[in-house]
Amino acid sequence: MKDTVKLIALGLITLFAMIAANYARDLAYMVQALIITLVSGGLFIWVLRGVGEEKPAISQTEYMDDVIRAGVIATAFWGVVGFLVGVFIAFQLAFPVLNFEWAQGLANFGRLRPLHTSAVIFAFGGNALIATSFYVVQRTSAARLWGGNLAWFVFWGYQLFIILAATGYLFGGTQSKEYAEPEWHVDIWLTIVWVAYLAVFLGTIIKRREKHIYVANWFYLGFIVTVAMLHLVNNLTIPVSIFGSKSVIIYSGVQDAMVQWWYGHNAVGFFLTAGFLGMMYYFVPKQAQKPVFSYKLSIIHFWALIFLYIWAGPHHLHYTALPDWASTLGMVFSIILWMPSWGGMINGLMTLQGAWDKLRTDPVIRMMVASLAFYGMSTFEGPMMSIRAVNSLSHYTDWTIGHVHSGALGWNGLITFGALYYLVPVLWKRERLYSLSMVSWHFWLATIGIVLYAASMWVTGIMEGLMWREVDANGFLVNSFADTVAAKFPMYVVRGLGGVLYLSGAILMCVNLWLTARGAQDRKVSLTTAVPAE
Amino acid sequence: MSKKSHEKPDVPTTGHSWDGIEEYDNPMPRWWLWTFYITIIWGIGYTIAYPAWPGIQSATSGLLGYSTRAEVTAEIAAVDARNAEINAQLASTDLTAIKADPNLNSFATSSGAAVFKTWCAQCHGSGAAGAKGYPNLLDNDWLWGGDIEAIHETIRVGIRTDEHFDTRYSEMPAFGRDQFLEKPQIEAVVNFVMSLSGDPLDASTVAEGAEVFAGNCASCHGEQAEGDRSQGAPNLRDAIWLYGGSYDDIYETVFNSRYGVMPNWDTRLTEAQIRAVATYVHQLGGGE
Repeated sequence: MKDTVKLIALGLITLFAMIAANYARDLAYMVQALIITLVSGGLFIWVLRGVGEEKPAISQTEYMDDVIRAGVIATAFWGVVGFLVGVFIAFQLAFPVLNFEWAQGLANFGRLRPLHTSAVIFAFGGNALIATSFYVVQRTSAARLWGGNLAWFVFWGYQLFIILAATGYLFGGTQSKEYAEPEWHVDIWLTIVWVAYLAVFLGTIIKRREKHIYVANWFYLGFIVTVAMLHLVNNLTIPVSIFGSKSVIIYSGVQDAMVQWWYGHNAVGFFLTAGFLGMMYYFVPKQAQKPVFSYKLSIIHFWALIFLYIWAGPHHLHYTALPDWASTLGMVFSIILWMPSWGGMINGLMTLQGAWDKLRTDPVIRMMVASLAFYGMSTFEGPMMSIRAVNSLSHYTDWTIGHVHSGALGWNGLITFGALYYLVPVLWKRERLYSLSMVSWHFWLATIGIVLYAASMWVTGIMEGLMWREVDANGFLVNSFADTVAAKFPMYVVRGLGGVLYLSGAILMCVNLWLTARGAQDRKVSLTTAVPAE
Repeated sequence: MSKKSHEKPDVPTTGHSWDGIEEYDNPMPRWWLWTFYITIIWGIGYTIAYPAWPGIQSATSGLLGYSTRAEVTAEIAAVDARNAEINAQLASTDLTAIKADPNLNSFATSSGAAVFKTWCAQCHGSGAAGAKGYPNLLDNDWLWGGDIEAIHETIRVGIRTDEHFDTRYSEMPAFGRDQFLEKPQIEAVVNFVMSLSGDPLDASTVAEGAEVFAGNCASCHGEQAEGDRSQGAPNLRDAIWLYGGSYDDIYETVFNSRYGVMPNWDTRLTEAQIRAVATYVHQLGGGE
């Protein structure tokens, strides 16, 4: 019976996708319709072949870890893809000739830039959040994931969303909203997947066998619920045709800008901050084998963060058509947000109290500590840049890009790597990682990469900000825009090299995790054995 | 170890354990809490001082009466007021006399540089070296004249623009597309033109090309191909090419013609600004 319903649904979707591909008004939509045809058609055949076969019984007392293993692989895969595109577009900015003539309209900077941002934020970060949240919510609730195979639907549905979003960017189906580029039909699919995600997560919490909900789950839940709200409000559009990508946003002018940056800033706040704090609150105490520093601090900084973050968006629109009052509020809330953000850093770092010696012996802990340090730096830098006077210098410059990357590469990247290093031996039931010295190499490659990236962007950002406002003795502007672009060239090369280091570290991690999962043994002496000092 | 031990076994945990994770019941760090309170107090003060709280019709305007628009308006007004006198002087001084007044000349050059980098650099390049289709303003070759009055006029009325009645206007026929000349004739005249400043692609047709030139091109470009500034016809004897000096480029020019357009700036810039940018361009190196 269940199979029949599935078959009818999949058949109808396949049929509609074929019709849509035929009547498609633009290339992006047609490619996406063909992808859906292939996926739903393939699933149709797969379900058909399995009809009547006995499904293997699943023990409801075991944790559901297959989907998390898949999530770990997807995280590592999309991470490398996202970093690779990032490195390429960094060099496109330094050497515009890399915008190849033959690849115009497909692989020029404008098409690849959203591919990079979405690949790292939503594909790498999103998979990391989904996989770790599924892991953490089961362990801390002592319950199997709710909803049976719904978790698998969330995983594969999310991968499909990534593919649809990416093809949209490459073939030109975008609504030009930063970090919300996918068009209406892709947005609808994400909404369905996200509601399923919320159901799995919340269902598991509801059926938990622990009395209290662990702090990591508050953060994960805050992230899931708020992202759903942000996504829905910012993507309210009216499609021009059911067979085309193009849609018209219902807001106009400064209202549209305000909604977009309310979304954009809270994507940072709830996706990249709250969600990853959930990750931090589980993996840091686990890896350090220490209790969390302060329960009180976690409550206060959680609610303060959730309440304050949502108001900070207008600081993206200082000195624009946005009214001054909104701009002031955005700035004030951003500054009050400073301490609530730091609460997470303090709780993470202080958890290591009495275990600081592990920084020497455990490169995974080192990675997590560096991640918290970068978190602290960027959550100080952010409020500072939201101050109107600072913003008048920093806005529209590479300083912003440097700020984002010290947060994304430093905080989100390193904490995710730390979580992956923790998860792979556990999920593949290995005693330990293949090589800790490779983790150490990864740590240094990533850290030096971030320093090169952030430092070069600070230099070039402040330089161009100063060049833009430089006036001569008579009060006239000194530089043309092209002069500032030319002056940035060396720093663009340094930034690209930083990216290369970061990418190499991630590839090293993939090798290490792969060998760990396969159960390979490092021929070198086990690090748990005493080694005499050299 | 430091004087205070980092181990605090006396702090109790909250008594819960999730997958082995416990939580200490430590108080919040005092410095953290106080900094948080101070930012809140500061925030309240700031929102009283500056426009912040929205109402139904409008928002509070703040005790300081600050607004970003008023600030930028005041800044622009201050600069305008400071320069009002010298701008008026610039707009009324004879163009050729600007150079003689060091104070005026220095002001005009720096003002003109700013105008150029804002409005002109997009086509002519931030160093004024031009690009294919956009004249180099550093050399001695001028299409419509290189003395300051001619430069001023070109900036004022533009070239081949629909927006100005007195714009500088001329149009070269598309000799190939409109079938004024046969293909071999075009090939010959291209070789002839190339021979004036360098080596032709096919020397055997140069003589024939000279005849074609005399019959079709000389009326505008002159008997000696020296050009005519009154109608913006380029000098073809020098090795300076606006649209490229290769065989293919010149062939394209003769076959399809070219139609470069420059906006008239009298509706976007003040007279003082036009004079300033004319002064700036004139002193770049090629001014006559």
